[in-house]
Amino acid sequence: MADAHKLEIFRGLIKFKSNIQKIWGVLILLTIVTAIEVVLGIYKPEILMGHILGMKILNWIFIILTIVKAYYITWDFMHMRDEVAAFRRMVVWTAIFLICYLIFILLQEGGYIESVYHDGFIKQDF
Amino acid sequence: MSTTVVNTGTEGKTWGGGNQPLKASYGKMMMWFFIVSDALTFSGFLAAYGFSRFKFIGSWPIADEVFTHVPFLHGQELPMIYVAFMTFVLIMSSVTMVLAVDAGHHMNKAKVTFYMFLTIIGGIIFVGSQAWEWATFIQGDYGAIQTKGGHILQFVDTDGHRVALKDFVVAEAKERTEHERKNGLWYVAEGSLPTYTVDEVIHGLESHENILIRTEILNEHGHKTVLSRSESLQKLKKDGKAVVEGANLTVNEYGAPLFADFFFFITGFHGFHVFSGIVINIIIFFNVILGTYERRGSYEMVEKVGLYWHFVDLVWVFVFTFFYLV
Repeated sequence: MADAHKLEIFRGLIKFKSNIQKIWGVLILLTIVTAIEVVLGIYKPEILMGHILGMKILNWIFIILTIVKAYYITWDFMHMRDEVAAFRRMVVWTAIFLICYLIFILLQEGGYIESVYHDGFIKQDF
Repeated sequence: MSTTVVNTGTEGKTWGGGNQPLKASYGKMMMWFFIVSDALTFSGFLAAYGFSRFKFIGSWPIADEVFTHVPFLHGQELPMIYVAFMTFVLIMSSVTMVLAVDAGHHMNKAKVTFYMFLTIIGGIIFVGSQAWEWATFIQGDYGAIQTKGGHILQFVDTDGHRVALKDFVVAEAKERTEHERKNGLWYVAEGSLPTYTVDEVIHGLESHENILIRTEILNEHGHKTVLSRSESLQKLKKDGKAVVEGANLTVNEYGAPLFADFFFFITGFHGFHVFSGIVINIIIFFNVILGTYERRGSYEMVEKVGLYWHFVDLVWVFVFTFFYLV
C-alpha cells in the first residue's frame, strides 16, 4: 500500500516527480486523446474514409485511441502499473482473451447474417 | 505419536503458505476479480450491439444525427459536444478519486474528504447529464413515418436539411381519442397517440413541393438515401403505416428500434453503475468523515471503491466510442 509508485510513462520517456504530478500528467494525456477523438468525430476528414480490414480507417483510429485511454486509466488511475506482474496478467490477459473471443464470434456471425440478407437469403447455391 | 504428515517440505517457499505472492490484500483482489467479470458483462452487451449493427450495417442510424443537442442551446446542431463534456466530467471525477486515494496513502483525512466530495459531485453531474440525454432522445426531434416493414422514413428539403413533421403537416380535428384503461376493456391502455395521422402527413407532403423522403438505406458514401419527389410520394402512400415521434423500446424515429433498445440498455446499465458508485462513494465519504479509516490505520477502503469508480469511467470510454464515434 505504501509502496513507492512507478512514476514514469511512455517507457520512461516522461518521468514525474510525484504521484500527484503523474495523475495530472495522465489527465492531460487523456484530455488530449479525447479532444482528438471529438475533433475527428465532428469533422470526419475525407482522407480517413478509406477501408482497411473491412472497417473505415477513422473507426480504427477511434478504437486504438480508446484502447490507449483504457490503458492509462487502468495502469495509472487503477495503479495496475504498481501491481505484481502475475496479478496484472491474470486480470488483464483473462479479460482481453475472452473479450477478443466474444467480439470475433459475434461480429463474424453478424456479418454472415448481413450477407444472407443482402444476397436475397441465399448464401450458398449449390 | 503423529499419524499425519505435518511437514510438507515447502516451508519458506512461495506456495508454502503464509505469504502473499501477489502482494495484494484479499479485498482489493476480489474487487479486481469483480471488475473482470463486470467487464465481461459489459463487453457482452457491446459485442451484442456490434452483432446487431453488423447485421444491419447498410441501414444503421448515424449517431452524429441522433445526439446533436446541448442543454440551453436550442435548435443548434452540435453533435458530440455534450457527450464530450460528459466524458470529461467522468474522467475529471476519476482524477479526484485517484487524488483521494493518494491522500489516503498519506493518511491525510481532510484531503481525502475534499476529493471524495468532488468525486461524488462529478458523478451526480454525469448521471444528471445522462438523464437529460435520455429525455432528449425519448422526446425526439423531427418525427418520422414507420413503414409496414418496420423501417423509418424521414423528411428532408431539397438541400438535404432535415424537416420536422410540424413544419409541413397540419393536424386536423380528430375523432380518434386515446384509449384509456378506464374505458372499454379494463386495465388495457395504449401509448400516447402521435400528433398527426399518416393521412395528414401524406396531405402535407403533397402540398409541399420542396420536401423529399429520406430512407434508412446508407449509400456508398455513408449517407442516407434521399428519394426523388415522385418516389417519395409513392413510397409514403404505399408503405406508410404509423407516425413516430421520439424513441422508445418498440419504435424509434432515428432508425432501427434495436438502436434505441441497445442505447437504453447499455447506457442505462452503465448509468446504474454510476448511480451505485455514487451511493458507495457517499457511504465511504461519511466513513472518512467519521474517522473510521483513521482508526483502522489504513485508507484501503477508499482505494477499493476507487477501483470501482475508475472501472465505471473505463466502461464509459468504450460506450462513448461505440455509441457516439464509430
